[in-house]
Amino acid sequence: MKLPIYLDYASTTPADPRVVEKMKDCLSMEGNFGNPASRSHAFGWKAEEATEQARQYVADLVNCDPREIVWTSGATESDNLAIKGSARFNKSKGNHIITSKIEHKAVLDSCRQLETEGFEVTYLDPNNKGIITPNMVSNAITGETILVSLMHLNNEIGVICDIESIGNITREKGIIFHVDAAQSTGKLPIDLTSLNVDLMSFSAHKTYGPKGIGALYAGRKPRVRLKAQIHGGGHERGMRSGTLATHQIVGMGEAFRIAKTDMESDKQRIQSLRDRLWDGLKDMEEVYLNGDEELRAAGFLNVSFNYVEGESLIMALKDIAVSSGSACTSASLEPSYVLRALGLKDELAHSSIRFGIGRFTNEEEVKYTIKLVRDSVEKLRKLSPLWDMYKDGVDLDSVEWMAT
Amino acid sequence: MAYSKKVIDKFENTLNEPEKNSVGRWDPSDSDIGTGMVGAPACGDVMRLQIKCEPMNNNHVISDVKFKTYGCGSAIASSSELVDMLIGKTLEEAREIKNKDIAKALDLPPIKIHCSVLAEDSIHKAIEDYESKL
Repeated sequence: MKLPIYLDYASTTPADPRVVEKMKDCLSMEGNFGNPASRSHAFGWKAEEATEQARQYVADLVNCDPREIVWTSGATESDNLAIKGSARFNKSKGNHIITSKIEHKAVLDSCRQLETEGFEVTYLDPNNKGIITPNMVSNAITGETILVSLMHLNNEIGVICDIESIGNITREKGIIFHVDAAQSTGKLPIDLTSLNVDLMSFSAHKTYGPKGIGALYAGRKPRVRLKAQIHGGGHERGMRSGTLATHQIVGMGEAFRIAKTDMESDKQRIQSLRDRLWDGLKDMEEVYLNGDEELRAAGFLNVSFNYVEGESLIMALKDIAVSSGSACTSASLEPSYVLRALGLKDELAHSSIRFGIGRFTNEEEVKYTIKLVRDSVEKLRKLSPLWDMYKDGVDLDSVEWMAT
Repeated sequence: MAYSKKVIDKFENTLNEPEKNSVGRWDPSDSDIGTGMVGAPACGDVMRLQIKCEPMNNNHVISDVKFKTYGCGSAIASSSELVDMLIGKTLEEAREIKNKDIAKALDLPPIKIHCSVLAEDSIHKAIEDYESKL
């Protein structure tokens, strides 16, 4: 077994070796290096053929028309284009946007930007399992609402949003529905032909493709109109200018092709590893699973180990690569806003670890992880004054803390 | 976060050999013990420092120290570093220990300076508690 063990698949995934092979062929003089926009020679035609094949693969995974796929640099850009592009285009129809408190920063910060331009944004609170229900959306809609933006699969806790029901509500009212699906491709089936979703963001690197490439689905029936955010040569039907990065696009296409063929087998294997990991941890004292136990995707396991601070746990777990909702691991020095939106007490948010299991995780690694986590939590609790107090029966909420 | 080797070593030694590194607790009601607890769980760090003191000449000397810390790796390393600085010092000398001495000893990155501030606060609280019993 090779150490350290990678268990942060929700953060990024390694490119599948099959993806890397395809990408290698699109770079050098001997390969398919042409500019797909070059109409005057075979180098351009061949490159265009490759990017269009990739577009087809992406469309196939989510069951849409390839003409509805716009290449971007990643899900962050897709979110920006979807939210700012559609809100700015539809400004005359209304100024209200609905999103939630557990969205990715790419969505939240795009909304914040729009607030400075006169839009009003409702940030929905999820329930304590991290779920945004269709009812919550329905209740927040006003006559001014033009856009709803929610994520399909939450990146911190892995809970699934009912985009089918929410899409039915927004479609009926003529409101644009944007879904950030960066985490869900290859994990959950997506059928855009039957879903009432207008815009959907994709990323390659969460699905065993390369970083730096993503796509936006922009539906044609009904047609969703966007204001371009990047101007230039009018590529991608004017929605996103810039020379297409053939190797990146081919990589994403291959990754999404594989995702379609391997989704079911990946899911079963990953789910059994995730269940095994949780089974190995859940009998410990003061351990909490964050997020809904049923409505979540296979690879995610977000756990709080009470009375142990997350960053120190990560340091003790140096043989495994995981992430934490602890303030100390974030640039902002704030604990995870997602876990706090669930109503978790700060100390439980500080104590959280996100395990991300993926295509290349194996059973031996999970076994090793269980042992290491149990051992490290026990050691850190020996160091923890809060653990002592808990064991002494002290109610930590009744203590007057001297915060500095 | 890239920690200095000193922080990592101190953290790992403390984790793997807690007793040898003064992890533990005494009964806070003992007359020769001063206890200082600082920080808050909501902020992600809590330090409990205990000093055992002996009267010597006209002064009091810290003869032993125990601590427990909930917090990030540098908070744990800072408390452990503090122990080494305290043993054998008079209360006057202990009061002179500044957060920057700890930060310097561990090469703490700027974003972690508050860990050393917390450590410094814990000394003052522990001394105050001990003196209140005299």
